[in-house]
Amino acid sequence: MSIDWAAFTPWSAATGGAVIGLAAALLVLVNGRVAGISGILGGMLRPRAREFGWRLAFTAGLIVAPIAYALAGSQPPITIDAGYPVLVIAGLLVGLGTRYAGGCTSGHGVCGLSRLSPRSLVATLAFMAAGFATVYVVRHVIGA
Amino acid sequence: MVAFFAFIAGLTFGLGLIIAGMANPAKILGFLDIAGKWDPSLALVMVGAIAVGQVAFTLARRRTVSALGLPMQLPAAQTIDLRLIGGSLVFGIGWGLAGFCPGPALVALGAGYAKAFVFVAAMLLGMGAFELIEMRRSEQGKPDTTCA
Repeated sequence: MSIDWAAFTPWSAATGGAVIGLAAALLVLVNGRVAGISGILGGMLRPRAREFGWRLAFTAGLIVAPIAYALAGSQPPITIDAGYPVLVIAGLLVGLGTRYAGGCTSGHGVCGLSRLSPRSLVATLAFMAAGFATVYVVRHVIGA
Repeated sequence: MVAFFAFIAGLTFGLGLIIAGMANPAKILGFLDIAGKWDPSLALVMVGAIAVGQVAFTLARRRTVSALGLPMQLPAAQTIDLRLIGGSLVFGIGWGLAGFCPGPALVALGAGYAKAFVFVAAMLLGMGAFELIEMRRSEQGKPDTTCA
């Protein structure tokens, strides 16, 4: 392992992280809900979707964010290297997996760890481990 | 009011992801590539988010209602089972393949990337498949254990 110092952005990462924490704080303290994005999305797909309004509003906020960011200055840097077939497979796995796990990077990773939930710690360790292993295989076994 | 604050929370969350560089799959994959040139940024995003989040959830736990007078709905699930671990592993594989998890994918969708649109469509299909499978299961009397 060697650290990519040119890519490492500690200050913007920590600042952006704090803003994410603030968003989670707002949703829980004002609305009484956990900012778990897969759960918020999935809740709209239930056979009898409850509380559709706030879920849609939260999702709309996420989608509008890059537009608001662009108004204030520059475009957010986004590079998507994966091809379309990989994106379809990845999307299906993320959709299925997060719903079975009852959470994703936001619900388990940010909110769950903030609540010191052992369940969320196990989930976070599991998806991180799978992420590390997948990138290892893709980049260093298949792509080597 | 509920929808308004949910919108502001979503917007703030999205801006946080962008500031942190986490709306960029290339940066996520840089974190997940521990055997290559490793970008530890995501770890600091977690530190920043949890530092603020922990204060908020400590306050939230002491209350039964939110500022808007809504019930405080914190996850009650405690079980660590195959669903949790298996689901997380499947999620992690998808995350490692594309560098997208749900939040950043929605942000990239808003930024107008066709690839993000395809990912989000597939993700919603996966979530819909989960609902169908669970509906079949619940017809056989299995309890619903999903939460936020």
